[in-house]
Amino acid sequence: MTKLRRGITGFILRRVVLGLLTLFFVSLIVFAATQALPSDPARAILGRTATPDSLKALREQLDLNHSVVYQYTHWLGSFVTGDLGHSLAARGEPVTAVLGSRFKNSAFLVLIAAVISVPLSIFLGVIAARRRDGPLDHALSLSLLGLAALPEFVVGISLVLLFATRVFHWLPAVSLIPPGDAPWQHLKEIVLPTVTLVLAVSPYIARIMRASMVEVLESDYVEMARLKGLPEREVLWRHAVPNAVAPAIQVIALNLAYLAGGIIVVEFVFAYPGIGSALVDAVNNRDLPIVQALAVLIAGVYVFFNVLADIATILVSPRLRTSLR
Amino acid sequence: MTAVAPTAPVTAPTVGRPLTILARRAWRQMRTKIGVSLVALLVGVALIGPFFAPYSPSEFVAAPYAHASSALPLGADNLGRDVLSRFLWGGRSLLGLSILATLLGLVLGVSVGLVAAYTRSVLDDVLMRAMDVILAFPSIVLALVAVATVGPKLWLIVIVVGLTTMPRVARVTRGAALEIVERDFVQAAEVLGESQPKILFGEILPNVTSPLMVEASLRLTYSIGLIAGLSFLGFGLQPPAADWGLMINENRQALTVQPWGATMPVIAIALLTIGTSLIGDGLSRAAIGIDRGGGEG
Repeated sequence: MTKLRRGITGFILRRVVLGLLTLFFVSLIVFAATQALPSDPARAILGRTATPDSLKALREQLDLNHSVVYQYTHWLGSFVTGDLGHSLAARGEPVTAVLGSRFKNSAFLVLIAAVISVPLSIFLGVIAARRRDGPLDHALSLSLLGLAALPEFVVGISLVLLFATRVFHWLPAVSLIPPGDAPWQHLKEIVLPTVTLVLAVSPYIARIMRASMVEVLESDYVEMARLKGLPEREVLWRHAVPNAVAPAIQVIALNLAYLAGGIIVVEFVFAYPGIGSALVDAVNNRDLPIVQALAVLIAGVYVFFNVLADIATILVSPRLRTSLR
Repeated sequence: MTAVAPTAPVTAPTVGRPLTILARRAWRQMRTKIGVSLVALLVGVALIGPFFAPYSPSEFVAAPYAHASSALPLGADNLGRDVLSRFLWGGRSLLGLSILATLLGLVLGVSVGLVAAYTRSVLDDVLMRAMDVILAFPSIVLALVAVATVGPKLWLIVIVVGLTTMPRVARVTRGAALEIVERDFVQAAEVLGESQPKILFGEILPNVTSPLMVEASLRLTYSIGLIAGLSFLGFGLQPPAADWGLMINENRQALTVQPWGATMPVIAIALLTIGTSLIGDGLSRAAIGIDRGGGEG
């Protein structure tokens, strides 16, 4: 668009600005859906049995007596400064206090799932490409296709059936982590939610990794490395894999972003005390400040990983990098 | 399909409409056949199943979580209703809602994509940026925000899932249509003074059906998962309705005592989504030309 800013910094800057712009629209949509569109949000939240006093108090808390523009700017302003408002259900506690420990729990769950699923799926993609069209490749490709199709809660409940209730009794079916405890003190409790998330994102990464690897293995420089007499193991992991990962980085980041949404159902399945189950509770209680905060937060994580994906792709692929100059 | 002359099997696929060719190529693959059989099985259960249900889905016939017996082949659920009857009744809502939502997403997405590809103006950018904003949400978050405001309404779920289906369909449509709008026959139609909707849907749309079919089957798989998930969270059909997602929610606490109430719908949803995704994979392989039954790669 602009010819003034060129090169990598210009690209990164543009991408970040676009990300912030997206977030702005996201906040607008969340606000419009929860507060601006309903004719009387206070009554919608409190229901028909609400007393005039409680309705008045809630209208004041949500700034409903002011214009929509004032409501939005005020909400966004306090949001940006870290004041997420007060929960309607949890006795008026600040949203930040309600969600703080839950955010930590979710972040830990997502981190563990990412740390396991990324190397695992890269490995699966590489060995599938290595044995291309062999029985192992076909078996892997079909099972990954099937796994990718399954909704997370179906995977989660099947794992509970298999490892917690009917067949084996190895692991707890619910992840009860007492408030105040850190999730890493309860490793046994987080095995099943982690495995569910890993099974949800790995198929996509493994499939793109296989496709990328197949292409790299047919390239001239891999041929060259083989002709030089390098051992196959070295050709594969030192020469081919680093080049095959570059095109896959975007898909990897997109799937990590996907985890931000995936935890909602998975946390609910295992009653894991994170932001996902908090969002489900808030929807049930019509606790709008919490719904607003979590929707924007989860979308924020999502946008962040998307921007990261674009930047990382540019940085690791020399061809794209030079074309920007 | 009877038009294929047995003596010219190589040239035959080039005659016929693009969709027929795509379907024929997809059908040659084992995975498409398996997918179609799975989907047919589950659709059969959902459509014909209720006629074989021994009880009404809301009738209390036994003690809660009663074990399987000759009268109740799959036992009773959390309130003492017959699991088999509820299972046979419970597929219609999921299938109906998913198909409606996918159709809505297709109509919206195709319209946006065609207009964006054809307009050659700033509208193209505006539309596609708007699609990006919708994609900035995980779909389930958008659905939950809507449910938190309006409440768990079925029309709302169809609309939200349709809206989250739209952006990817729009991208695929626009991508395929960009090249078509430059073709001579489109310009000829413009010169002849055909109306814009007629050019978009009559001239351009028929030329982008193959990638759209592939995308449609992917989106259907995804809608089924999302809608079943919302039902499972308790935001879809409300009790006492018989619905697979809701059944899992109601009976999952008792997996140790009476597993069927949750297991049957889990198996059904799993087979259904695997089936639709196998069909999608078959179609996409056919579209890019990997359709030689044995030598896939």
